[in-house]
Amino acid sequence: MVEEKMKMVCITCPVGCSLEVNHDGKVVITVEGQQCKKGIAYAKVELTDPRRMVTTTVKVRDGLHPLVPVGISATIPKHLIIKVLEELRKIEIQAPVVMGQVIMEDVFGTGVKVIASRSMPAKEAILTQ
Amino acid sequence: MKLKSKYDVVIIGSGPAGVAASIAAKKEGAEDILIIERDIEPGGILLQCIHNGFGLELLKEDLPGPMYAQRFIEEAVSLGVNLLVDTMVLDITPGKKISAISRWEGFLELEARSIVLAMGCRERTRPQIRLPGYRPAGVFTAGTAQRFVNVEGYMPGKRFVVLGSGDIGMIMARRLTWEGAKVERVLEILPFLSGLTRNYVQCLMDYDIPLQFSHTVSRILGKNRVEAVESVQVDEKWQPIPGSEEIIPCDTLLLSVGLIPENELSRKAGVILDPITGGPIVDEGMQTNVSGIFAAGNTVHVYDLVDWVTEAGFIAGKQAGKYAIVDKKKTTRMIKVKSGDNIRYVIPHQLDKEALTENEVRLQMRVVKPVEEKVWVEVVDGSNLLTRKLHRYVRPGEMVTIDIPKNSYDALLKTDSLTVKVSKH
Repeated sequence: MVEEKMKMVCITCPVGCSLEVNHDGKVVITVEGQQCKKGIAYAKVELTDPRRMVTTTVKVRDGLHPLVPVGISATIPKHLIIKVLEELRKIEIQAPVVMGQVIMEDVFGTGVKVIASRSMPAKEAILTQ
Repeated sequence: MKLKSKYDVVIIGSGPAGVAASIAAKKEGAEDILIIERDIEPGGILLQCIHNGFGLELLKEDLPGPMYAQRFIEEAVSLGVNLLVDTMVLDITPGKKISAISRWEGFLELEARSIVLAMGCRERTRPQIRLPGYRPAGVFTAGTAQRFVNVEGYMPGKRFVVLGSGDIGMIMARRLTWEGAKVERVLEILPFLSGLTRNYVQCLMDYDIPLQFSHTVSRILGKNRVEAVESVQVDEKWQPIPGSEEIIPCDTLLLSVGLIPENELSRKAGVILDPITGGPIVDEGMQTNVSGIFAAGNTVHVYDLVDWVTEAGFIAGKQAGKYAIVDKKKTTRMIKVKSGDNIRYVIPHQLDKEALTENEVRLQMRVVKPVEEKVWVEVVDGSNLLTRKLHRYVRPGEMVTIDIPKNSYDALLKTDSLTVKVSKH
């Protein structure tokens, strides 16, 4: 087993702890520099299967605005980001949209959902107060 | 929603600070609370901050901006806070009179017992950093680009350079890359990162976007449209190092060079600002130098986490609510003394119910026109006559006095106003 050292920054929260990770190429041996246990979890995942949160917008038909912001329910592997964005670009949903509405059930078999980050009322809503 | 002419608390802005203030004011016991918002919907800047990272401290959740905003908007509405959108406040006086122009109400004027200023902040612009060049299309502040991309549905360009390594600049670098653009370079004049390290990792490093410290843009090239920017390295005094110039071809320049607390209305209201923060001077309850005017959020100074903005809003709202409640008690304990028929004015203008038993109530007045025959000078509360005095004549040049007898004090305590008038004998 060859022990290697890797530096990384944890991105779980705004603090951004600088981590020093000892690993053998696949498994994390020790983690130093974290201020909470989320840093250890982050290091383990980042080493072998780096994952990210993705937020973007999806086209809306007849809505107050032409786009609705969406996010994912959990992180997805980095290499799937571009694919997800391409798939979402093909969709156009009908207003009204409800916050929390599921836009895409399962991101390429990860079990992660794409959901609307806000409600988007139909355009007529602007005419009444 | 029927607009009132006087509110307990009026809040300018429905961003996280304003909405939090409205919730706290309501919980403190203030009744009539109005938020005035210039945009067509509430939420403030959070509506365009579609990325995660909001609520980690306060809610222990990792929310995108719009969702964080909605959480508190829903609470405010359920508590009975009124919201007037598509309405721009034009003026606030030190006497807390508010003038606004509204899509729904036209020009309106209202009064507030207390005000919370929560207008947020604006971005530093190209003229403010005196960037040489013509004025080609394609120069945007990062927040403007964010509004276009995330809300309005426009791409500002295809090939970008970002000036400033603040969070807005880095977040937009990633956003534009996700939308198919090429971000050529991020330039930072300081020798260190302006924003959060996590954003350097997930926005720049992940996408191999080069970041250069101690660099800035020395001029913009292009006449009708940006064609390139000239970058230059600077020393510790921000002076360009000759020979370090580099032309970076691009079609759009994004400026992420600082946020400035928005305080045009604060100035109009007589609020004194701190020249270092650019925001009002406030005490621990977020009250400004003007009694009853409070401020919260980016209007006061620029925050990096919205959770702390919400907290500041809670503090300001609680104090604004308290202030309004005390003020209301004071006005309901005052009795207005009004001038009726042929009375030009009466002194005193108001009577303090709490001081009634201590002082005699002597009213002094002058009439408008002389009447050279017997008249009654009457003090009435609605249709109820409290006291009257017979005069052989009344003349403007001769002051008239009338005392309110002590046996009327019980009636006085129950009323809001009295009218003094001259009537025929």
